[in-house]
Amino acid sequence: MMRLPLAAMIGIFFTSLYFLMAIFAPLLAPYPMTEIVGGVWEPMSAKHWLGTDNIGRDLLSRMIYGGRTTIFIATVATIVSFTTGSILGFTAAVIGGWVDQAMSRFVDLVMSIPTLIFALVVLSVMPVTIPMLIMVMGFLDSTRVYRLARAVAVDINVMDFVEAAKLRGEGRIWIIFREILPNALSPLVAEMGLRFIFMVLFVSTLSFLGLGVQPPQADWGGIVKENKDGIVYGIGAALWPAVAIATLAISVNLVADWVLNRTTSLKGGRG
Amino acid sequence: MHLALKLVAQRLALGLLLLLAVSVLIFAGTQILPGDVAQSILGQSATPEALANLRRDMGLNEPAVSRYFSWLGGALTGDLGTALTSGADISKSIGSRLGNTVFLAGVAAVIAIPLAILLGLLAVRYRERWPDKLISAVTLASISLPEFFIGYVLILIFAVNLGWFPSVATVYDGMGFLDRLSVVILPALTLTMVVLAHMMRMTRAAILNVMQSAYIETAELKGLSGLQVIARHAFPNAIAPIVNVVMLNLAYLVVGVVVVEVVFVYPGMGQYLVDHVSKRDVPVVQACGLIFAAVYIGLNMVADIVSILANPRLRHPK
Repeated sequence: MMRLPLAAMIGIFFTSLYFLMAIFAPLLAPYPMTEIVGGVWEPMSAKHWLGTDNIGRDLLSRMIYGGRTTIFIATVATIVSFTTGSILGFTAAVIGGWVDQAMSRFVDLVMSIPTLIFALVVLSVMPVTIPMLIMVMGFLDSTRVYRLARAVAVDINVMDFVEAAKLRGEGRIWIIFREILPNALSPLVAEMGLRFIFMVLFVSTLSFLGLGVQPPQADWGGIVKENKDGIVYGIGAALWPAVAIATLAISVNLVADWVLNRTTSLKGGRG
Repeated sequence: MHLALKLVAQRLALGLLLLLAVSVLIFAGTQILPGDVAQSILGQSATPEALANLRRDMGLNEPAVSRYFSWLGGALTGDLGTALTSGADISKSIGSRLGNTVFLAGVAAVIAIPLAILLGLLAVRYRERWPDKLISAVTLASISLPEFFIGYVLILIFAVNLGWFPSVATVYDGMGFLDRLSVVILPALTLTMVVLAHMMRMTRAAILNVMQSAYIETAELKGLSGLQVIARHAFPNAIAPIVNVVMLNLAYLVVGVVVVEVVFVYPGMGQYLVDHVSKRDVPVVQACGLIFAAVYIGLNMVADIVSILANPRLRHPK
């Protein structure tokens, strides 16, 4: 067991804290998510640790349930993005030729439109539901994973053990899942943290714009939107979710940095 | 023909081709819904007459391909159609808003670019010492912050507590330049903070890359001071990568501007787009999407062209 650097330890601690909070939200939240339990924008007190929101709901409970929604959407969207992106990227690298060309040029095309703008265009005709958000975010982000996965797989594809597998007569499916995937895993895992942060920021931005998670369902971006009018009266309720997003993002970044450093030093050792 | 010019011409042609393909993609993006766009715009409770009217207004009775070509033809001649919700001419509504957005992004760029280059130079000068470490810590933090957070914190400090600037960026016709400037200063600062970290980090990397060259070592051995080496030898050679960085980040401003305009209720393109997405006003969304994508592609293209032109090996071929 190697010693953990302090930054990684802090990162892992806060990341797991947020995920546990998301999983056990109903047990932790002191009040139900949508129940009005006090006045409008009450200050912090022993009864309401973070005060109440714009219509008198307990802000801490909203934050906990909101974290659950945000983290759930970001996690599933990351999984969708990685599954489609890496399978398509590996396939393009293994098959090569015009299939690779066609897929790569299409990805270039999608990436030449800013992600947020493209998401807004698509969401203008789609029903805005959570599964739809996950699909749109996952698909748009899979282009980035595709590029990474393809680049890594192209390198692995010319190695001797893959040649050997091809000469043994293994099929493409075997080569993708049994030869390339295990060897491409570590750069992909390091990238996963960054993609997850991007998803958290993305879904929060969409909800903040009113085009993501719909009320009364709570999520961090939506809580900012609901409470933003308080800012001009000096009420900071809208800043709590932003603090949560920022600390989660920084923690995941610290973990991802550590994973990345570890894997690159591993690679250096292997030569 | 000159090699660099040929490459530039190729890049321009590629950009135009890309723009055409993107227009197809944006058009297709609003058509991928299985079923009926009219139905999803009006909802399940729509009457058959309303549905039929909307279908006729949107030309949904014609095939998608011919609708695409009439839309593209209109867009090329400056006719972006009319908004479904208000019946207003889209080109007219976009005109003044585009000006507002360009003004905001321009002010942000004027603040961000010199600041990023200066901080990047400082980080290189004090590499691995505390100014460099402080700058990279702030960079990590600011990458992790959502744009709206920076915006609201600035509002809380400078508009609510100090009362220096208005919290809502209201702009009207005939407003003086200075009034306009004082209104956009907070949104512009927010945008600056959004792009500053990235721009600075890439500037630092670009200069560090040049610093590895042999002529830098010569300059150091000649006895020049650290700042002289950077200012006289490293910086001029890092200009091309830095211009590239600046262009890429200006392209990133295009996205940041959407959120920042909503935060400050600024009457620009971003606000216009977001409003009409929630109203499901497809023609407006398509028009805005096309303009945003065109600006983004254009800036990326300029970045590539600058790096072609700045490369002495391409400028003076043997």
